Amino acid sequence: MTTHMQNDADWKVKLGLAEMLKNGVIMDVTNVEQAKIAEDAGAIAVMALERVPSDIRAQGGVARMSDPKMIMEIKQAVSIPVMAKCRIGHFAEAQILQALGIDFIDESEVLTPADDEFHINKHDFKIPFVCGCRNLGEALRRIGEGAALIRTKGEAGTGNIVEAVRHMRALMAGIHRLQACGKEELMTEAKNLGAPYDLVCYVAEHGKLPVPNFSAGGVATPADAALMRQLGAESVFVGSGIFKSSNPKKVAKAIVEATTNYMDAGKLAKLSEDLGEPMHGIDVRQLDEKHLFANRGW
Amino acid sequence: MKTIGILGIQGAIEEHESSLQKIGCKTLWVKEASDLTRIDGIILPGGESTSMGKQLVWSGLMEPLRQSIAQGLPVFGTCAGMILLAKELDGNNAQSRIGLMDILVRRNAYGSQLDSFVTELEVKGFAQPLPAVFIRAPRIESCGNGVETLASHQGHPVLVRQAKMLAASFHPELTDNTELHRYFTEMI
Repeated sequence: MTTHMQNDADWKVKLGLAEMLKNGVIMDVTNVEQAKIAEDAGAIAVMALERVPSDIRAQGGVARMSDPKMIMEIKQAVSIPVMAKCRIGHFAEAQILQALGIDFIDESEVLTPADDEFHINKHDFKIPFVCGCRNLGEALRRIGEGAALIRTKGEAGTGNIVEAVRHMRALMAGIHRLQACGKEELMTEAKNLGAPYDLVCYVAEHGKLPVPNFSAGGVATPADAALMRQLGAESVFVGSGIFKSSNPKKVAKAIVEATTNYMDAGKLAKLSEDLGEPMHGIDVRQLDEKHLFANRGW
Repeated sequence: MKTIGILGIQGAIEEHESSLQKIGCKTLWVKEASDLTRIDGIILPGGESTSMGKQLVWSGLMEPLRQSIAQGLPVFGTCAGMILLAKELDGNNAQSRIGLMDILVRRNAYGSQLDSFVTELEVKGFAQPLPAVFIRAPRIESCGNGVETLASHQGHPVLVRQAKMLAASFHPELTDNTELHRYFTEMI
């Protein structure tokens, strides 16, 4: 095979796994027991990390890649794909995660960034990456660097959906705007977005990103999952929302079923019943600008 | 015009939809039992078989779907969809599934995502090689007597047929080639 064909094949299988994860829920888990609860609840993948975002937020300090031993224990405990997070720009952490043979890397703003200027060149890796975004320009920059999956950032660890909504609306508005542009406008759009021209042209023509588009950061209830799906998310990541609730098993299963049946308000009503105490949550307006995870990365 | 249902729970549903529409079929996302009366065949897409299997049971769709297939509704399972069809699963045989096709399947037998690959297959009766994308693919370990192997890769069957049931361990829907979708609609 020529290099070009090999690159093409690598991209196809990276993107292919992202496509398989559509219409589902990816759950943050911190140990084997939680990973099994997630799998039993119908999660399509788990994100193995030592602390869920709300604990990272509460405890402060530098948040790094998780212990490989903990990640491998979770990988051995479940049959569904396993993801793990590396710090923004920390390509050595990414190399280590790839060597573990997990299925997906999240270059995540939830961890403390290692590089405040450059993200990882994700084309260098055989393992697919997911990256966060707050708007279309940021999404296309990450795809330009090789991300096979995009998630809107929201504000992780808050249990508050407002930032996830803001970012998804901004992303979708950006896409709709490009669709209405004439071809002669697209180079200027690319310049204003700070995004690669070919990707801008793709979005203008197809009305969607060239990779799947998921939502993250603040989903705590079945209704939150349904809201994000209706706003355009093809799947949802749930972090603290499950294991910081009073009944994780029930909440996890309800969020999975809500993600599948997001247009069926009757079913959503039933799924929202009697779930116990949801995660307490934080009003994002009470957070200082410097405490917002979403502002990490560019 | 034929209407092909796609199990609309989870996974790469839109890609099958697009392949089917390219060859002139109508499509329908199958979410409940009443949808089964409106289709001529059904595709079980790729995704996560554990999640699909559980949700089939929770939603009450499992039994009606199994009955329809047992009574001859043509079905095509790709990757996770093939796992749902398999009578025997090596490893976790308790996993919820339809279980009507006489094949023994091992999940993730080709390895993790780093072992995912793209290749071309010689398919019985096809003039041209078929591009095939294998993603964390399940492997067919053995087949019963009534199962015909249509394509193999490295000594294992990867495309098999039993009466009106067709199963592939790979993803034809992730390529531009629609020959296998056409083959399935001709089984109807």
